[in-house]
Amino acid sequence: MNHVERTVAAIKAKFPEAVESVTEFRAETTVTVKPESIVAVSRFLRDDPDLNYNYLADLAGVDYYPDEPRFALSYIPYAMAVNARLRLKVFLSGDDPQVDSVSGVWRNADWYEREAFDMLGIQFNNHPDLRRILMPADWVGHPHRKDYPLGYEEVQFSFNWREIDSKKPYAKE
Amino acid sequence: MTDLREVETTLDQLRHLFTERAFSGETMVLNMGPQHPSTHGVLRLILELDGETVVRAIPDIGFLHTGVEKNMEAKTYLKALAMTDRLDYLNNIGNNLTYCLAIEKLMEVNVPERAQVLRVLMAELQRIASHLVWLGTHCIDLAALSILLYCFRDRERIMDIFEMVSGQRMMTTYIRPGGVWRDVPAGFEEAVKDFLEYLPAKLDDYERLLTNNPIFKMRAQGVGHISAEDALHWGMTGSSLRGSGVNYDVRRAMPYCGYETYDFDVPLETGGDVYSRYLCRMREFRESLKICRQALDRLPKTKGPVMTADRKVAPPPRSELSTSMESLIHHFKLYTEGFTPPVGEVYAATESPRGELGVRLVSDGTPKPQRVHYRCPSWANLQALTTMSEGCLVADLVAIIGSIDIVLGDVDR
Repeated sequence: MNHVERTVAAIKAKFPEAVESVTEFRAETTVTVKPESIVAVSRFLRDDPDLNYNYLADLAGVDYYPDEPRFALSYIPYAMAVNARLRLKVFLSGDDPQVDSVSGVWRNADWYEREAFDMLGIQFNNHPDLRRILMPADWVGHPHRKDYPLGYEEVQFSFNWREIDSKKPYAKE
Repeated sequence: MTDLREVETTLDQLRHLFTERAFSGETMVLNMGPQHPSTHGVLRLILELDGETVVRAIPDIGFLHTGVEKNMEAKTYLKALAMTDRLDYLNNIGNNLTYCLAIEKLMEVNVPERAQVLRVLMAELQRIASHLVWLGTHCIDLAALSILLYCFRDRERIMDIFEMVSGQRMMTTYIRPGGVWRDVPAGFEEAVKDFLEYLPAKLDDYERLLTNNPIFKMRAQGVGHISAEDALHWGMTGSSLRGSGVNYDVRRAMPYCGYETYDFDVPLETGGDVYSRYLCRMREFRESLKICRQALDRLPKTKGPVMTADRKVAPPPRSELSTSMESLIHHFKLYTEGFTPPVGEVYAATESPRGELGVRLVSDGTPKPQRVHYRCPSWANLQALTTMSEGCLVADLVAIIGSIDIVLGDVDR
């Protein structure tokens, strides 16, 4: 039994009702947990001396639009001492995506959560500083959502130069 | 003229970041960047200063945000590869490599031995090139201006090797899913050999110039200290973490491309300051050279293809196109429609010159990725700046930014 299997067993034993599913794909184990218990599970993973997931490698969201639940967040904690990587996953509804922040557990989740907030519009409760991080502060919309258009610049030729130029967002007086 | 009310609302949103003293006028809030030569790109720092001492330094990023991840979702896997070069513009090979490793993991593609050796060789050359830029710019921050010119002179030789191999100096897109683009041309091995013989003497020069230089030591020692525990908590990786005494290197922890078969050390320092990070990186040069030499030795012994035979991801050889109709169709389909990985999610990580570079790839079974997320080492390392810079001088802040070796293309993506 390797460390990841032990971890999964420990999570299941400690939080029997929080675990929704455990899947394995390409030698990576994913534990899907209920959104309301993500902080408790994270804290358990970090603080339990046998598990000791002391470092959060990555945290990012996915938009499964138009499916429901629409959003998913993947947390990748890493136990440096035993070299084990796990994935925690939570699914969030599209109407009101919100989840508790784990930045109190792993400090570096701070910026990752701000990115997920900025790009996907997921609300993180109890986050110390939930502002936009990559987009300007007055930006409208969340660019990484699938229903957010990619956008492009129309190609200007000599015959339609003025027509397109008049629509361009130049700085105005 | 800027609207004063606008300024006030902006300040109000940032109120929780500063101490109360900032609002009584006891300390001063000052803007540094985004166009500041010592921020290594377009990084804006909001500083709260007590005289010349930094009380808080709050990074404000996003000025170089290009939406590469969003754009990749709209392209096939192969087309999206060309965008990965542009993320961390000092680690183009590494960006390609991590993305390709994720695809290969997702599709269970085996990469031929020779391609693995070439990947390692290229990745290590890239690491040296990146470290040379770091050394040059870091020394400028510490007022040693001439080093940059030496470093760029040496880096140019690596750029020449890249150009020889891929036709491009920087945006190589040399590493492809399933292998590498092409085998190396004639004269490649001599060029690399020349470089490997050339660099050690130059490194000795730089170390003579810097390592025991009292001015350099005064600027670097004891500055920007971060403990191992804090560094881990902030998710720092790479030499910035190893400078604090945590032995974590993805090449060792989770080897890829056969790194486990190479003999190299992971430099470790325990000081946790700018000087320790400097020492770590300087020793990493030598380790990278060591790996390069081993890879170069293996190159003549591993004759064979440099691209996988799995026709799901690799195009058919050129020679087949004129004789086989199926190959022609296959070639056309591969480059127009692209390949379709199974539904799933993978995470692949490599050791970039800055730390753990991870790619999280989510596939929905179509030829375009559902989501690509780059876990960039600069992003994580920059987060720790606030902790590292508490109580230092403004001039030291510049040294700290240089020592964590951020690339803003990597931070903002």
